[in-house]
Amino acid sequence: MTTTHLGMPTVASDPHGHLRGTESFPVAAHRALADTQLRQNLGHATRTIRAKRAAVVGEVDDWEELRRAGECLKADVMARLPELLEQLEASVTARGGVVHWARDAEEANRIVVDLVQETGADEVVKVKSMATQETGLNEALGAAGIAALETDLAELIVQLSDDRPSHFLVPAIHRNRSEIRDIFLREMPDVDPDLTDEPRRLAMAARAHLRRKFLSARVGISGANFAVADSGTISVVESEGNGRMCLTLPDTLITVMGVEKIVPTWSDLEVFLQLLPRSSTGERMNPYTSTWSGVTPGDGPQTFHLVLLDNGRSNVLASPDGRQALHCIRCSACLNVCPVYERTGGHAYGSIYPGPIGAVLSPQLTGISGPDDVNASLPYASTLCGACFDACPVRIDIPHLLVQQRAAAVDAHTRPTAQDVAMRAAAAAMATPGRFSLAERVVKLGRLLGRSGRIRSVPGPGAAAWFGARDMPPPPAETFREWWARRERTRRDRT
Amino acid sequence: MTARDEVLARLRAARDAGGSTSPAVPREYRRTGTLPPGSAAAVARLDETLTDYKAAVHRVRTEDEVPGAIAAVLRDAGATSIVVPAGLPAAWLTAYDGEVRTDGPPLSVADLDATDAVVTGGAVAIADTGTFVLDARAPDQGRRAISLVPDHHVCVLRADAVVSSVPEALARLDPDGPLTFVSGPSATSDIELDRVEGVHGPRRLDVVLVGPV
Repeated sequence: MTTTHLGMPTVASDPHGHLRGTESFPVAAHRALADTQLRQNLGHATRTIRAKRAAVVGEVDDWEELRRAGECLKADVMARLPELLEQLEASVTARGGVVHWARDAEEANRIVVDLVQETGADEVVKVKSMATQETGLNEALGAAGIAALETDLAELIVQLSDDRPSHFLVPAIHRNRSEIRDIFLREMPDVDPDLTDEPRRLAMAARAHLRRKFLSARVGISGANFAVADSGTISVVESEGNGRMCLTLPDTLITVMGVEKIVPTWSDLEVFLQLLPRSSTGERMNPYTSTWSGVTPGDGPQTFHLVLLDNGRSNVLASPDGRQALHCIRCSACLNVCPVYERTGGHAYGSIYPGPIGAVLSPQLTGISGPDDVNASLPYASTLCGACFDACPVRIDIPHLLVQQRAAAVDAHTRPTAQDVAMRAAAAAMATPGRFSLAERVVKLGRLLGRSGRIRSVPGPGAAAWFGARDMPPPPAETFREWWARRERTRRDRT
Repeated sequence: MTARDEVLARLRAARDAGGSTSPAVPREYRRTGTLPPGSAAAVARLDETLTDYKAAVHRVRTEDEVPGAIAAVLRDAGATSIVVPAGLPAAWLTAYDGEVRTDGPPLSVADLDATDAVVTGGAVAIADTGTFVLDARAPDQGRRAISLVPDHHVCVLRADAVVSSVPEALARLDPDGPLTFVSGPSATSDIELDRVEGVHGPRRLDVVLVGPV
């Protein structure tokens, strides 16, 4: 097993949290591609889930109608977002919950840390949540002396191995069963030393490890899959029962959700509760979905806080097309079908949101600060094959957004980059037939560089940027134009 | 400016800049199921989908056969103690000879953890997906903790609670109280994206299905 220093700061150093890595996609992807074990693990897992998804989606004869309804429901939510949030706040408050608002990740973390400190607890149990991964909540809690225990199996694997998540649904998708066994043997103090890598045994080990923590937890922290504006109902979709434990047994529950997770009415869930499980784990329905509205006397946490997080979402909403990225229900189907994600894995994207949707969401959430912003490289992490659109349960036009974000990345160039220089050189070379012919003759010199079968670098302006992400076959001995001219000559000679 | 006012102001400005026209939502998907609610076909499909996700299904024709089915399941599991919600029909437990702990006044979490099994009813079941829903405010289903902490859940479902599709089920439910949608015993897909049953929730799930066989 290879280990790599991932450069995760102890406390998110950016007020946005973990939406930006430390290196550009091509640099990180190069390293990931060299990791054979990683590629095997990802290939196996994504092949498995693609087949499962295809089978259960095939059972639903109104799948396309559901997708269209999901798409329009989300577009409707975006058009009414401020009003729906006020409605949600009123309905949650009326049912005994307390609503908080956070401008950015830092503010959300501060709110949660304060709420936990008010309870006097020094430990919290957590349901897997992208929102709190985004804000870097665990690090903020840790800095305040509060231990955050991740309870989802994959999230636990990531936490125990001091790793970073690489997938929305299965943050440890980059680990195979024997790696997971090794992590458990190393990091779980009371684990059975004879633990095998049989998945069932691994699941049992996680159960034993967390059982006492669940039964004694005083504070639970969760994200939300959906929040219903008119009834104040929050929903968490999960598999293991760790979610039910965190949502039911503690005295205090704190839920952190991005503002875009809202749906207008209870009956709208009839669309998403069909789209999400089939797209996500490839199941007709996930084992457990919990819904609750505020506080219920005599049942579950008697104190409920809901933290509504902006953290750049208002930037995204301002773009008429780009706001589609906020429609995402975090199913991860686009990751599982993406030929780029399948080979590089999630870490290469830097942001906590990987894959095709991450490549359009992260740069919009953070904005692109200039040519050196690593998030500017994300929209290029795609072949534009379109598989992500076909898989998306709410029909987000990710290929279109990728192209749009590439344009935004170029617009953010405050000085000419190597890419700009190369593009200008190409434009100049293609401006007249004479120049193009000259350029072709220069390119043929590449045959000298390509004796190993591939060309990996050439001298010249912009070339380093081009070859940073690609190699190319050596040019042929004869260009098309030379071949054409020779052919014409031969024909003329015959006649 | 408070965070609330600032977030709402930003979102209003952004929404107006990006467009505030709400599209009409096309509801052309199926809102009534393919199988009539409570029909023998719906019950048969529920049997299949529950079984597919590793719940054990026990079919009985009438309510009179429920006590025998519950007792047989608990005996098979070696359950010497069970917890039940205060409103569970007393007749259902007449054939069971183990200890019955009624959750009223509420049992502690430690007591629940020391109890072998829980027996509940269910609010509605979805045949297409192999799901049943527990409504915490229904007297025969009880608060959420009792169907979560014990390692073995026995759920009794009547045919009239069975619908075909997700939309039909949501229409029957009141979101005001806590609801739990259960589809099979607890499971995980976190190891190589393959489903394995048995994590933190009840590892054994038995469903007694009352209706036309």
